[in-house]
Amino acid sequence: MNTLETVIGILEELAPGVDFETCETLIDDRHVDSLAMLALVADLEDAFEIEIPAVEIVASNFNSAQALAQMVDRIKEEELG
Amino acid sequence: MTSYFTITFALIFLPASVVLYALAPKRLRWCVLLGLSLLFMWHLSKRLTALFAASALSVYACGLGMEAAVTQRGRAIAEGMAKKDARNICKKRMRAILAAGIIVNVGLLIASKYLEFFSRAVIAIVAPSDDGASGLASLGAPIGISFYTMMALSYLADVYRETIPAEHHLGRLTLFLCFFPQIMEGPICRYGQTASALYIGEPLKRRNLYEGALRILYGMAKKIVVADRLNILVETVFDGKADYDGGIVAFAAILYTVQLYCDFSGAMDVALGMGHIFNVELPENFKQPFFSKTASEFWQRWHITLGTWFKDYVYYPVSLSKGCKKVTAAARKALGNRYGPLLAGGIALFCVWFLNGLWHGAGSQYLFFGMYYFAMIFAGGFVEPLAQSLSERYRIDRSSLPYRIFRTVRTLIVVFVGELFFRAPGLRRGVELFSTMVKSFSLASFADGTFLTLGLDAYDLVLVLIVFAGVIAVDVARERGVSLCTELGARRIPLRWTALVALFLVVVIFGAYGHGYAPVDPLYAQF
Repeated sequence: MNTLETVIGILEELAPGVDFETCETLIDDRHVDSLAMLALVADLEDAFEIEIPAVEIVASNFNSAQALAQMVDRIKEEELG
Repeated sequence: MTSYFTITFALIFLPASVVLYALAPKRLRWCVLLGLSLLFMWHLSKRLTALFAASALSVYACGLGMEAAVTQRGRAIAEGMAKKDARNICKKRMRAILAAGIIVNVGLLIASKYLEFFSRAVIAIVAPSDDGASGLASLGAPIGISFYTMMALSYLADVYRETIPAEHHLGRLTLFLCFFPQIMEGPICRYGQTASALYIGEPLKRRNLYEGALRILYGMAKKIVVADRLNILVETVFDGKADYDGGIVAFAAILYTVQLYCDFSGAMDVALGMGHIFNVELPENFKQPFFSKTASEFWQRWHITLGTWFKDYVYYPVSLSKGCKKVTAAARKALGNRYGPLLAGGIALFCVWFLNGLWHGAGSQYLFFGMYYFAMIFAGGFVEPLAQSLSERYRIDRSSLPYRIFRTVRTLIVVFVGELFFRAPGLRRGVELFSTMVKSFSLASFADGTFLTLGLDAYDLVLVLIVFAGVIAVDVARERGVSLCTELGARRIPLRWTALVALFLVVVIFGAYGHGYAPVDPLYAQF
């Protein structure tokens, strides 16, 4: 399973009923609120064994599954490097 | 000249600033803005400007210190040190410098505004019998200290997070912190938002001049026609000794909310208009707050730059700290995904609203105000899932107009009550007024005309109603994505000038100034 698929799986569990493959307004349209964000960060950290710093918590990283997957890949790369 | 709303500022300082900016060569324009900003600050704060200078110097030095740590990290890695070790050493150094910067700047803020409040609190704990103790006197605050301190802290945090480079020029950093359109009441800008526009020195543009002037006049109309007029009635009810029935108290709480909105958002219109003239786009601070459906949404639309500051630098760092993450993980196992994060979120939310209340001032009413919104927003986290499941069960359409109106009215009531406590001179008086509003609510004062004896006659109230209806109409247009300033800026000259002159006349003819009116300082300039 690639990063994007894992991210979509996590999102579907947290906020069912949203088309995460196409939605690009997860934060702007409040599909993910500040509380769901805490659960999402915890799940991403567990699933990918990374640490997401507070500085990454910006709408541009969380507005779509694609953006989330890109952020995860970038953090993984940085942690390895 | 005590604020933007004085003849000296509007007719001399601002036009002279525009002329000086236009005449200066491009590379020196930022120096003109810096000189004017320091002059404005000196004029309003005199010797207290030294506190601002200390703040700017400390932030400058800390920024460079953190950058030096990053450079050392790069050098150590190039010389063969393991990346992880080099990063850890760098992080440690940067953390120490960041902590020093925070201590200096928060220390200056406390010494300026909170010393008396905290020393009295300490005396009350240590020697509760010593009722007469007055504590240490605060130093006095330079203009905008609460605003530029927040900007200074965000600059330090962003350099620490390596999302912005450290500024190498002390003058430029100083301009970012004290740019005169934003220094009195914000908006609280981030370095990445305004710094480059401030230094570039773009030439004045005719369209920006028009749009900026229109927005400045619109802000002045809100402040001088509506807010300053309402101040008379608000003062009479909140600060007076007379007893009024609950209907009048509720009326005054609503009118104070309108006053605060027109005062603060009016000042923001003036600030953003001035910034636009100098090609510096300051961030919006209001986004039609009275259309909010929850208390949480209200604070995403009211004083936006303060809310996002707390979200970025307090809420997420606290809720995503190691301790809170453990709490979230344990709570999710016991309570599930929806309610599990509420505990860690609640801890972070408490920190945000405690600091938010304190930021507004060293008074019990402000701390209560913070805790009031903490309770409302925290309770909202519990109620929202319940409301969702109930509406699904009873097939209530949450997107229908009546339901949306119900939610908006409910939010407005929460806001009016919050502002009642916020405006009251002390928590005791706030509780007294709230109790009157609830226990002796009556509309008799409106039937017998008592409400017309509070300092505003029927003419004043009708005038306020008409102008405020205009303000709401502009908000409705903005909610639909239409900016009247931009729309008018694109029209032909006769229409453009008619709008400008009409707004000018509204301010001059209907403004609450001169005989019978005391000048009212911008309300947020005191915070």
